[in-house]
Amino acid sequence: MPKPFREVLNSGEFVVTAEIGPPKGTNLESMLHHIDLLKDRIHALNVTDNQSSVMRFPSVSTSIMIKGRGGEPVLQMTGRDRNRLALQSDLLAAYYGGVRNVLCLTGDSIKVGDHKEAKSVFDLDSVQLVKMVRTMESGFDLGGNELEGAVEFCVGAIVTPEANPIEPQLMKFEKKVEAGAEFFQTQAIYDLERFKDFMKYARQFDVKILAGLVLLVSSRMAKFMNANVPGIFVPDELIDEMANVPKGKGNALRKGIEIAGRMIKEIKDEKICDGVHIMAIGKEDKVPDILEAAGM
Amino acid sequence: MKTITEQKSFDQIQECLEKDEKVYIIGCGTCATMCHTGGKYEVLEMKEKLQEAGKEVVGWMVIPTTCDDLTNDALKDQADKIEKADSILVMACAFGTQTVASFSDKPTYPALDTLFIGKEGGEFGLFAEVCQQCGDCVIAYTGGICPVTKCAKGLLNGPCGGTNDGKCEEDPEKDCAWTLIYKRLEELGKLDSMKKYYPPRNHQKVDKPGKVLIGSREESE
Repeated sequence: MPKPFREVLNSGEFVVTAEIGPPKGTNLESMLHHIDLLKDRIHALNVTDNQSSVMRFPSVSTSIMIKGRGGEPVLQMTGRDRNRLALQSDLLAAYYGGVRNVLCLTGDSIKVGDHKEAKSVFDLDSVQLVKMVRTMESGFDLGGNELEGAVEFCVGAIVTPEANPIEPQLMKFEKKVEAGAEFFQTQAIYDLERFKDFMKYARQFDVKILAGLVLLVSSRMAKFMNANVPGIFVPDELIDEMANVPKGKGNALRKGIEIAGRMIKEIKDEKICDGVHIMAIGKEDKVPDILEAAGM
Repeated sequence: MKTITEQKSFDQIQECLEKDEKVYIIGCGTCATMCHTGGKYEVLEMKEKLQEAGKEVVGWMVIPTTCDDLTNDALKDQADKIEKADSILVMACAFGTQTVASFSDKPTYPALDTLFIGKEGGEFGLFAEVCQQCGDCVIAYTGGICPVTKCAKGLLNGPCGGTNDGKCEEDPEKDCAWTLIYKRLEELGKLDSMKKYYPPRNHQKVDKPGKVLIGSREESE
């Protein structure tokens, strides 16, 4: 049995989580393979909720499945697709299924996804979502009605240290802390010096911070993210490092794994933050290689 | 504040009028004229198009303010022509179209889609939404900038992670409402109001359909 995630967070141990992205459809073979591959290697598996507004297999069912297979799931919940009734009832289902960790997010815009004409909900924003979990823990729903059997969750949220301007993001970060978030995953970071500045600020709060790492697979991907993904900034040196890899199958991916491993090692050795969250986006089977590259 | 409209496609309009031979067209002299969707010029253009499509246009008029009750008088004035029509095509906002429908026993069809309540500004012909009429105004705390309308997600507690260089993740041309709010509050020396926690909205503040009897709200409290 894996240790409860909150226990891990509070143990002082260097925390490692990775993202699990459910597929579009009912063929779960590849995802289940990733889950089984990682469940005993890392502290928790973090399941995305219709990531990038693309309709997929649900995060609640996947999280319960992870629990059933002996892993520790972190359920991602966004306010984009469900109103407060649906979010609360899903949380009851997750709790009953053994899920004890929830990550509260706003959710991407419907417009970036594959159902562009859908109604976007956003009945609750990420701060209100954190607060919703805490309210349910007190034994009541958001309507003020008593629950027959409450819930208890380790609650996380997101922060984007590279956002520009940063001040409004930090104000929201503080609202999430105030609302009861215990841990934060960051948007992908690549510049550790800049991240250290963020950590100087974040250390004043009693929360755990996991640095988000997206596995680079090519210099093109890095440039694409710089141009298109808000809050991600890959420095030129890393882009060059990826670009200078000799041509050949798998070389760029190996370099990406090396870079991710190197960053994790540095974060861990220098105790920059409390852990890392690895987003391998479709290359989840490479997470063990990344950990090996990090000397873990 | 104006009701901002756009014309439905001619195919959609023809679909409504499929079984009708004779049509009466009504335009509106206020918002739809300003939006160039239902003024005199557009009404005459529609008349031409319908005739080309084989319809008989038995008459037309542009009512000064179609949503007003005076529309009833205008309809009575044109009663002999409207009488001959199988249906009325209204080139006004949904409010104007519903007003015509309420005063006439003829089938009434909208030629326009009603988009939002907005204002003209910035450049000629540019209309921007200013209020979603949510019934729970928060702009006292957001520097007079409405996050319900201006933020693509209508967020109340600050920006999402999709904002970049002050722009919105949906469209790099679109300003991030919360960056605007932050800058405005900073100028006003009121950044503290951005730290305020907003609980989930009361979406039943205005029942559907909205209805208010002056004085009744206070009495019920």
